[in-house]
Parts: sequence; structure tokens; C-alpha cells
Amino acid sequence: MSYIKVNQELVTKEVAEKLIKLCPFQAFEYNDSILSIHSGCRICKICVNKGPIGVCEFIESKQQILDKTKYKGIAVYIQQQDGVAHPVAWELIGKAKELARITNEKVIVLVIGHSLDRIAEEALEYGVDQVFLYDDPNYQAFDLERYTNVVEEFFQKHKVNIILFGGTLQGRSFAPRIAARLQTGLTADCTMLDLKENNDLLQIRPAFGGNIMAKIHTPNHRPQMATIRYKMFSAPSKVKPFGIITKEPTDSISKDSHVHVLSLEQKPKGKDISEAEVIIAVGRAFKKEKDLELIQPLMKSLNAEVACTRPLVENGWMDPRRQIGLSGRTVKPKLIINLGISGSIQFIEGMKESELIISVNNDPDNKLFAISDYAIHGDIYEVLPELNKLIQQVWSQRTV
Amino acid sequence: MNIITCIKQVPGSSKVDVDPKTGVLIRDGSNVKMNPYDLYALETAYLIKEKYADTIVKTITMGPASAKKVLEESLYMGSDEAYLLSDRAFAGADVLATSYSISQMIRKLHPYDLIICGKQTTDGDTAQVGPEIAEFLGIPHVAYVTKIEEVQEDGILVRTSMEDHEEQLKISFPCLITVDKGTLVPRLPSFHRKQRFTGYSIQTFSLKDLEDKDPSHYGLEGSPTQVEEIFPPNKKRDSISIKGDKKTITNSLFEILKEKKYI
Repeated sequence: MSYIKVNQELVTKEVAEKLIKLCPFQAFEYNDSILSIHSGCRICKICVNKGPIGVCEFIESKQQILDKTKYKGIAVYIQQQDGVAHPVAWELIGKAKELARITNEKVIVLVIGHSLDRIAEEALEYGVDQVFLYDDPNYQAFDLERYTNVVEEFFQKHKVNIILFGGTLQGRSFAPRIAARLQTGLTADCTMLDLKENNDLLQIRPAFGGNIMAKIHTPNHRPQMATIRYKMFSAPSKVKPFGIITKEPTDSISKDSHVHVLSLEQKPKGKDISEAEVIIAVGRAFKKEKDLELIQPLMKSLNAEVACTRPLVENGWMDPRRQIGLSGRTVKPKLIINLGISGSIQFIEGMKESELIISVNNDPDNKLFAISDYAIHGDIYEVLPELNKLIQQVWSQRTV
Repeated sequence: MNIITCIKQVPGSSKVDVDPKTGVLIRDGSNVKMNPYDLYALETAYLIKEKYADTIVKTITMGPASAKKVLEESLYMGSDEAYLLSDRAFAGADVLATSYSISQMIRKLHPYDLIICGKQTTDGDTAQVGPEIAEFLGIPHVAYVTKIEEVQEDGILVRTSMEDHEEQLKISFPCLITVDKGTLVPRLPSFHRKQRFTGYSIQTFSLKDLEDKDPSHYGLEGSPTQVEEIFPPNKKRDSISIKGDKKTITNSLFEILKEKKYI
């Protein structure tokens, strides 16, 4: 087996301490003058490359080499409900087309469900080469076990090189099931994808809560699988369809199931800010409760949830469930716009992991600017009315 | 009924920075803790145990010998038994190899009705190990469970929370669930229980104790994915200052929102 060998004769207390500090996975243990590596090790080889010279050594064993030429095509799984695709699927097609150009691969779409003709047509409009439909009344509603059987069948038959899944809650539960079934790798929540000349997919994702990026590959297994969050990539423009739709037989695929949906309730909209993808946070710069109405057009336009700092809860202007901070909720939206918030440590701890942070404040010394992607020096009472005008323009253009 | 809860020891802080000059990682201490989502997995198990008398909760983890600490914590909170899976052969394990190793261990703890995992860990953040364990065991799973509604003879009724809807599902035993926070408040370890477990020795499993002893199925060798490189992200908050009159700055804000496809 491949592993990292520790040359004990070179290990001193200092060396051990250095390596323990160096390892991002805390995989070293130093006991009784023996430095050992335990199962936390991800073989990132940082100890080999950046550690004291010669102490750690990578011992590689020869593996059976996979014939990569047998696997062709980049497949995108389309998550759908009642014949409507989740838009993340189109974004994945966009990325798949970019990757396909590198090695001249085909972009293939896999859809499972019932009455799928419209989705198939729509997929072709995004310029895919081939659509495979597994259309069966038994697939009307998503069923983890049945759908897994279908993907297994699809892969065994078509030997695709890559399968991409949307990182929705459903996708994040479904894709690992398939990866285990097909005995292959799966990288969650990739933020970047690239393809090497030899058709190896580079899967790039943040590690350690986003402070470090890891470049991951699947050198010896197929399919190569990744999940990608919604809004990470862009949907391609529509083209004149040229691809082919193929209906695949489903009779011989097992339809056993041990999970039954008893009821399904739509969630009341905008209840929990910790799940919100877009948040507009308001602070003490708002002088009266009524002024909060200024954010309405922006909220509607961004489909955002409103959140606030503690003083606004104390004033009774907002529900405590909408408070961000250590004594409120922690949020990690894709976008947060902070309006007139000075940025207490408690507030910052509650939202600093947000993907995109925009802050508007007329006080240049506020603490939020330093952790914001965009620091907008301005008074909310000036910016918001202007912004509302621009939003109104977009709306009126749409209705014309 | 027999419940197995899977927990993990994770770094106490996710604060890891990269020295821009040397590319070396700078870590904030080496403190560790139980993965916070696992606390909900444990609490879910304990609530079932309180309601259904002859329930046994076994807690397992895979990791170094020092991971016994989180197992002890689980015993003091309410678990009946705790087991550690630890072997150098597991080094370099990715999701697939980790899940396979854990599934092999669970096979040794047969019989079981219900396996409970946290929805994800705070270090790996993939949410994949639970579903993969279920697949390796050939049992159904449901992710993101927020509430156990009822335990029945042949299965459980659970509630899950998805992006825009909630579902009520029935899963047949044996099965695996991953749990989200829901309304749970994890209990604290109790001094009384700690005293009760004085002298309790946590059993450790290694590769030789598992059914499948082929080392190539574990660790790096059994891992399809490999980390090719670790690198610092683009400076995360490279703040762009936008100044000017109200029209200019508002237009900039509007353009940013448009460019990022929010408007």
C-alpha cells in the first residue's frame, strides 16, 4: 500500500513538534519518542515536501492501471420534480460543455422520472449531445433506492467518464449513495472543475471551512463524480437543438423501496434566516421602524430574507429569530448585504462565513468593511432610495 | 431496539491560514472536539431510548487512539457502549474508504435497527459518509432528519427538512438516518454517568478484527479520490472600497448585484 513512512532515526522532539504543527489534518502522534501517523492522514504530502528534510517519505505502491479510454462522455444528472428541472442542472450543463471542449467529449444528460419529454427537449436547447430518459410511472416521485438502481444501470451501459450532480439537499444525499454503489470517488461542493488531457477531472473545493482549497482527482476510478452547489456556474445560452433523445428500458431495473413519503408540506416562505441564500441585514443606522420599508424593493428583487442586529430586536422592531450573531443565528448565505451595521464581534462571528459580503455604511471606521468583499462608503438613506429607483426601472422594463 | 450512533472528533477551530510566503499552514492550536452535528445524532438516540425501554445505544468512531475522548463524552451523555475503530491502515482514507471502514465495523456490531449520524462534519463538510455507509450495508437511508415522530415495530416515522418543503417519511428497519439540528438541545455529560463508567474500557477494533481484512480496500489504497494539492484561496476578503457621490456608489452596487446574477 502507498503510505507516508516516518524515518524514526531522524525524529527528535523538535522535529515531531514541527511536523505536528505543519500537518493540516492533525494526523501525527508523538508518544514515547515515536512519531506515528494515524488515520487522519490524507496523504497530502505536505510533511514530505515542506517538513524537515528526509523525515517523512512517501512510499508508493503500484496500482492496477485503469484503461481510461473505455469511458467516454460527461454526464449531467438532472434533478426534476413534476417535470420541472432544478436550474442547477442547466448550470452543470454549461460547465460540462466547457470541459467537453478540452478533450472533445460528448455532453450527456441523464433524467429519471415520469413524463419527461419537456425536460428532454429543454436539455437539447442547452446544446447537449445526448439525453437518456428513464421514464417510468414508478419514478414519478424521487426515490433514493430506485433512482440509485437507475444510475447504476445507466453507468454500466454507457460507461461515462464523469457524472455531475447538483449540490442540492437531494443531490447531496443521492450522489454518495451512487458513489458507494459504483465504488468510486465523489467530491462534494466543488467550486471549480477542470479536465486534464487524460480525461482526469480536477475537483476543486474548499477544505477547513473555506480557508484552504484542495485540488482533488480520481486517478484510477470511473465514473468521476462531483456535486456542485446551485449558482456556482452559469447556464449556457440556448442553441438550435442538435442532440438525440433516447428512451431507455426500465423493466429490468429493481424497484424495491424501503422509504415511503407519507406527506409533503411546502415550507412557509422566509422563516429561518440560517437557511436563507440571500440576506439583507439591517442595523442601527435605521432611525425608525418605518424606515425599514426602504429595503422592501431590494428584498423582493433579490428574494432575500431580512435579518438584523441585536439593538433592533431590543427595540421590538424585529423578531428575535431574525437576529444574526452569537446570541442569535449564525448565517452563511451566498450573499449578505449589511446596511448601516457597525459590526460587533458577535455579529461578525455570526455571518463571516457568508460567501459574498457587501456592506454599506457612512462610517469608514466600521468593523464590517474589513471582512467585506465590497465596502460601500455611503449613507443608507441616500443609497437605498437610489437603488430602489434602479430596481423599479428593471421591473418596468420586464413588464413592457 | 439497537441503535448505533456514528460520531467524529474534529478540530476545535476551523481557523487555518496559509503563510503566503512559504505556503505552510498555520493552525490555531490543536484542540479537538466532538463534531457539533453528532451531538444531535446522540440526542436523537437518547430521546428514543428514554421512550422505548429496552433500547441500547452504541456509539462508534474512527480515528486515532485520542478519539476515545469523544466516545467517553458520549458515554457520559447517555450511550451504553462505545467502540473505536483505529488502524494505521486507514490513513489517507477518503469518503469511500472511510464509509467502507465504518460499515465493516458496524457489521461486527450486528444486530442493529437504526444507525444515526450527524448530517455532516465541520471539518470535511461533505455530508457523504452517512449515505455511503448505508449503501455499503445495503440498507435505506434518509438524510436531514429534523424529528423522529414515531418508532414503530418495523420502522420509524421521521420528518425531514428540504430547501422548500418538509417531508414525513416512513423508513423500514434496519436503516440509517442523518440528523439536522431541528429543535434538539443536546444534553451535557453527566457527572453521575461519568462515575458509573469509571473503569469502563472502550473496545478498539483494528483491521484484523474486520470481516474484510484486505488492506487495499482501506486507507489511501481504498480511496478513489486523492488530494493532489492544497493551496490558499484567493485572498478571501480583498475588500474593494467604493466611494463617490450617491449616484456613483449606488450604480456600482447595482452593477455588482447584476454581475453576480442576483438582479
